Amino acid sequence: MEIARKFKHTFSYVPMLGWLLGVLAAVLIEYYWGYDYISYYLGLPKIPVLFGTLIMLKNPMMIPGAIGYDLIVYVIPILLIAKATAFFTNPVAAILEKTPLWVSALLHLTFFYGVLHLWAGINDYRVLVVKLTLISIILTISINVINGYQGEFSCSHPGFMAIGAYVSSIITLYFFVNDKTFGTAVLSSAIGPWLFPFALIIGGIAASLGSLLVAIPSFRTRGDYLAIISLAFMFIVKSAVENLNVIGGARGMGGQPDYAPLPVIFIWTILCIWIIHNFVTSIMGKALNAVRDDEAASESMTVKTRKTKMTAFMFGAFWAGIAGGLFAHVLTYINPGMFSINRLAEILAMVYFGGLNSIVGSIVGAVSINVLGEALRPLELFKWIIIPLILIFVMIFRPYGLISFKEINAKKLLRSKFKREQGV
Amino acid sequence: MSTLLKVDKMTHYFGGLRAVYNYNLNIEPEQITGLIGPNGAGKTTIFNLITGVYTPSEGSITLANENIKGLETNEIAARGLGRTFQNLALWRHMTVLDHIKMAHYSQLSYGLIGSFFNTSKCRQQESRVEENSYRLLELFDIKQHADQLVTNLPYGAQRRVEMARAMATKPKILFLDEPTAGMTPDELVQMIKIIRQVHMDFKVAIFLIEHRMKFVMELCQYIQTLVFGEIIAEGPPEEIQNNPEVIEAYLGKEDLT
Repeated sequence: MEIARKFKHTFSYVPMLGWLLGVLAAVLIEYYWGYDYISYYLGLPKIPVLFGTLIMLKNPMMIPGAIGYDLIVYVIPILLIAKATAFFTNPVAAILEKTPLWVSALLHLTFFYGVLHLWAGINDYRVLVVKLTLISIILTISINVINGYQGEFSCSHPGFMAIGAYVSSIITLYFFVNDKTFGTAVLSSAIGPWLFPFALIIGGIAASLGSLLVAIPSFRTRGDYLAIISLAFMFIVKSAVENLNVIGGARGMGGQPDYAPLPVIFIWTILCIWIIHNFVTSIMGKALNAVRDDEAASESMTVKTRKTKMTAFMFGAFWAGIAGGLFAHVLTYINPGMFSINRLAEILAMVYFGGLNSIVGSIVGAVSINVLGEALRPLELFKWIIIPLILIFVMIFRPYGLISFKEINAKKLLRSKFKREQGV
Repeated sequence: MSTLLKVDKMTHYFGGLRAVYNYNLNIEPEQITGLIGPNGAGKTTIFNLITGVYTPSEGSITLANENIKGLETNEIAARGLGRTFQNLALWRHMTVLDHIKMAHYSQLSYGLIGSFFNTSKCRQQESRVEENSYRLLELFDIKQHADQLVTNLPYGAQRRVEMARAMATKPKILFLDEPTAGMTPDELVQMIKIIRQVHMDFKVAIFLIEHRMKFVMELCQYIQTLVFGEIIAEGPPEEIQNNPEVIEAYLGKEDLT
């Protein structure tokens, strides 16, 4: 315990910028020496993609090598660089503190994206994992608006996602691609990526209109009954798509243009986090909590409860639609089976694992369930025993999830840790 | 001065049950009116009918010469009818400050788009609301609890949060549903002081349901006695105190125990 405390104390002076620099150093080490030297001398067949977990689980003989790789490439450089650069990252952070928050946040995010891009770029598999994780973040935050902030138990998220995915796919296929069903492209495919955001937004709007089917019953019913209605909605969407042969029916729909590279998804994710954060920290957004905790009291305090419920559903569904659209254009193929009960279980696991009523919680939940799911892939069936077990333990010890009822404080996160040092 | 709240021949049925019959009420600005009656007489039902939780079967309700019958509760509240609840109705996951801020909901005009993009209009209004909220917190002596969850507060302080929250909606008339329920004698004295202070500072009319006669007699200028949904006696406190029917129906019960 003493060591842990001392360790924490030593690194409490490192600002966010320092950690980012540390990660950058680690990624550069991996980029230049990872394959040729480090993994070669450790006897690993190639660069471990997800911190060596895949290799460790496939071949237990590789465990020391993979751990050694993690230590040499990640742990030691990150800690060393973060600590060593504190002497100049702290003053820089202090300067950034004087600029408006958005400037500082934007700079940090750009830096973070650069590092992420470099890390993911080493391997195609990593790019896909990062893309799907970012989409999961959007999904988890958006379901948190309904299930966490608004406190309804809605199961219709895969349905919203499907609407968004299909609508935006139809738009891109119709306008920008020579497709079997939709004929030749109406517009030049060169402007496709630029108009892609509009396709996504239309998909999102379609999803939020669809959500009215669940939102309106929610005026009169709550809890289990609404859960059943929302579940029914999900199956309605799924069977409707399965029976619409124009859009491929159960065979699915393919050939979407690849308009969703990593930077696009990253920007959408940040936009989603920013807008939802603004919303839930405003009085308008906190009305969701008020309606959840006591509807009668909210009405008496002038809160428009019906409008609030509708907002929660439509807003959540909008982002689910966006996530669905991005998902369709990452995989460039969708079928109705993707938006069924399995997807629902995954989304619910992410949001309840991470924590209700918290954006940070949602991010943590989405990232951990996604990375865990990928990392434990070699275990095959056992993966579906281990992940639910972890979930059960989280629910026992933290009934509202890992990090619940906490909001991001960007200012506190990015501030310099310098002053406290001088104060001593 | 014109009548602030006027209820005329209000009758309400729950299925076949006649809960309220031929109920009349006139509240002048700045008047404190009390509604007493045995358990189950329909006092809270009358509150719920006027505040729009239920729509009365018959009769009319006007607030400042505008009809409010049939409007939604939030619209009625926004027109100047604040209330507290018999069993505290606080939002258990929200801080004290958020409670007061939330009650400013109808005074915000930045809309959803404003809240999504955190526009300057949104920030301005929110900071004005925050300022106002702190002022209210100070007035009700709960500023030190501002960032705590309401569930962590002692009972008396929770009651004060509820009052402060109701006042944040800028009511013309304040409905208090048993404001002293479950309070110790000390807290009761404090509550009388707070209600007096609210009455003086905000110049609101007050309509309250209460069981403790001492409290009602001390505060109210006009008292109605309700039994089985019907008013059996009304008038100034002295009159009610000596009315034989009231003593029989309500006060008499206490004498027996």
